Amino acid sequence: MLARRVLFLVPLSAFLVLAVYLWAGLQNDPRIIPSALIDQPVPEFELPPLVPDKLGFGNKDLNGQVFIVNIFASWCLPCRVEHPLLMKLAEENIVPVYGINWKDRPADALAWLAELGDPYARIGQDPDNNAGVDFGVYGVPETYIIDAEGRIRFKQVGPIFPEILEETILPLIRELQG
Amino acid sequence: MIRAAVLCALLLTFASAAGAVEPSEVLDDPMLESRARALSTHIRCLVCQNQSIDDSNADLARDLRILVRERLVAGDSDQGVLDYLSSRYGDFVLLKPPIKPETWALWFGPIGIFLLAFAGAAFYFRGRRHVVPQGGDQLAADEARQLSQLLGEDDEQQP
Repeated sequence: MLARRVLFLVPLSAFLVLAVYLWAGLQNDPRIIPSALIDQPVPEFELPPLVPDKLGFGNKDLNGQVFIVNIFASWCLPCRVEHPLLMKLAEENIVPVYGINWKDRPADALAWLAELGDPYARIGQDPDNNAGVDFGVYGVPETYIIDAEGRIRFKQVGPIFPEILEETILPLIRELQG
Repeated sequence: MIRAAVLCALLLTFASAAGAVEPSEVLDDPMLESRARALSTHIRCLVCQNQSIDDSNADLARDLRILVRERLVAGDSDQGVLDYLSSRYGDFVLLKPPIKPETWALWFGPIGIFLLAFAGAAFYFRGRRHVVPQGGDQLAADEARQLSQLLGEDDEQQP
């Protein structure tokens, strides 16, 4: 008889479970798409240099140590937002930052770097979204952390903010650098 | 006037979305082009997320349309093109999610919820059938007397 009395709780609790899941789902940002490349090797690519006195790079160059690969464009406003943080990473020599200049005009990109400073150890230019497609880039900026074995370990979609840098990116880099 | 209206209506009836494909993207081979169009309707534009790359004017959608055509020209199968994209952009790039353990809840959840509701309803109505009215289906003695009295009175009133 008691079993019968509490039976009404079954649909109620089912509803509550569902409600909690859906509520949690609402907190996700639909614009952030999980990368299919996490823990996968860097896709094959080879990009020509943007700056005359700096090399371009390809997947073969991303090996032997931890790298940050940052996808940027001069037309991209959030890139401006995260730029000081990349400058800081480069100045403090924490990790080499390689840049991919995505869907941009070289002259614009050079002017942008002249204005804001150039944090990149190497820059490859990708005006036609060749490497971008292989990385699954769908907007700028995007930032990848590559481990010493050349695997992608982390992807940041959108600009790096100080909290993300301090709480996620730097600890992961330290862990990977061992 | 009427003829123009009928023509208008007819044209609208058979109108179909032209998509966002630009003339410069169209392949020379009509077979490949129609495969590319069909495939493009199944690929999500990751910028304007509820549009296919066939519908979207976004820059990235254009890149992906061109990429789809390049892959087809290179001899990829339709599935090959979809695999190529989903290995880079994840399953999210496919407008129709593939059936695999992570998506079972998505594909089979609705039928599961329906079966649960059906079972719940069946259980509820079965429970109700066994509810017996109080006192059983026999009339109590005083009820029987009352009934016959009423019937008797009714009889007397009949002409």
